[in-house]
Amino acid sequence: MLEALKERVNQDAGLVRRGRYLTTTFLLQAGDTSWLISIFEGKIASVTRGPFVMPSSSFALRASEAEWRKFFLAKPPPGSNDLMALVRRKALKAEGELQVFMAHLRYFKEALAKLRPAAGGAA
Amino acid sequence: MSAQFEPIVGRYMHLELFGRPHRIYVEEAGEGTPLLCLHTAGSDGRQYRALMNDARVTSRHRVIAFDMPWHGKSSPPAGWHNEEYKLTSAQYTAMILTVMSALGLDKPIVMGCSIGGRIALHLALEHPECFRAIIGLQAGAHVDPYYDLNFLHRPDVHGGEVCGAIVSGLVGADAPEQERWETLWHYMQGGPGVFKGDLYFYKVDGDIRDRVGQIDTRRCPLFLLSGEFDYSCTPDETLAVANSVAGSHVTIMKGLGHFPMSENPEAFLNYLLPVLDMIKG
Repeated sequence: MLEALKERVNQDAGLVRRGRYLTTTFLLQAGDTSWLISIFEGKIASVTRGPFVMPSSSFALRASEAEWRKFFLAKPPPGSNDLMALVRRKALKAEGELQVFMAHLRYFKEALAKLRPAAGGAA
Repeated sequence: MSAQFEPIVGRYMHLELFGRPHRIYVEEAGEGTPLLCLHTAGSDGRQYRALMNDARVTSRHRVIAFDMPWHGKSSPPAGWHNEEYKLTSAQYTAMILTVMSALGLDKPIVMGCSIGGRIALHLALEHPECFRAIIGLQAGAHVDPYYDLNFLHRPDVHGGEVCGAIVSGLVGADAPEQERWETLWHYMQGGPGVFKGDLYFYKVDGDIRDRVGQIDTRRCPLFLLSGEFDYSCTPDETLAVANSVAGSHVTIMKGLGHFPMSENPEAFLNYLLPVLDMIKG
């Protein structure tokens, strides 16, 4: 599900520039599957698929696989078009040190929207 | 390209609000029935720029939008630097009625979006005799906080960046890129803590769930227009208001989000113009 993230984010110079003060590792969970995503100065350094024994991350974004699949559609329906839309429906749980997430909210929204088919980047 | 001027005229008005002197920025365009427009939380009157530039509206209406205190080109009152801004229902209502009186508006149509849509419901309930008609955009009776509002105003999160990012997904999927980002830019320009202070009204003080059913549309017609992509005031929440107010008119707008007049004016006008026709009768 997240295989293309590194290449698509790192190819977008504007997105990388906006993330230049962002260095962190966060966890994304889709149902029973988790990934650790490491970011260094706005570039995705690695995307590692679990299972993990003791995953360390600054924060975690957890939703069902079905919810992520709707979010990753080319044209998501209302309620699935944005991370905050999922949060509003309690379909996405954001946990951990959320200062990192909120300080770079536009970056995280646009980075994950890169996984949509033919993504333009705007979320 | 030669320079061109829009028909919008802006002025600064000095008046007393809540017992304190204020300097308020007011824009208007057009002639005819006054149409007083209220902007969303954390933004300003520029959201109505397209309406003020559209002859289909301005040929029949005097379109007016003011920036609330603390917003846009209006100033916060003297002493603001030692205060926490928190908008209340009573202040918001008094502000609108005072501005109307100062501008000499006789029974205007009032149209408000989001917090403006919420206060429109308050006005419909408490001051129906003051208005020709009331149009609530993205109007719901209440919204519970669904994220930690403190992130909107703390020194380790850039206020402009986070306010723009918080609301970016509220823009409808069909919005043209230029209008989408103009809409978000207004959010990015808000002063520290202002969006959060507006949301005190939206999410705490302005709850009108237990009274909204008492709105009497025989005293003032009520029109509700909500975009389908809005997850702040969802279509279901607007429909709930419509179901509890006999005689109200409601339309859910396809492809639009929380800022219809600003994010996608062309699509929005397809919904607004028939409402203005109905009000004209």
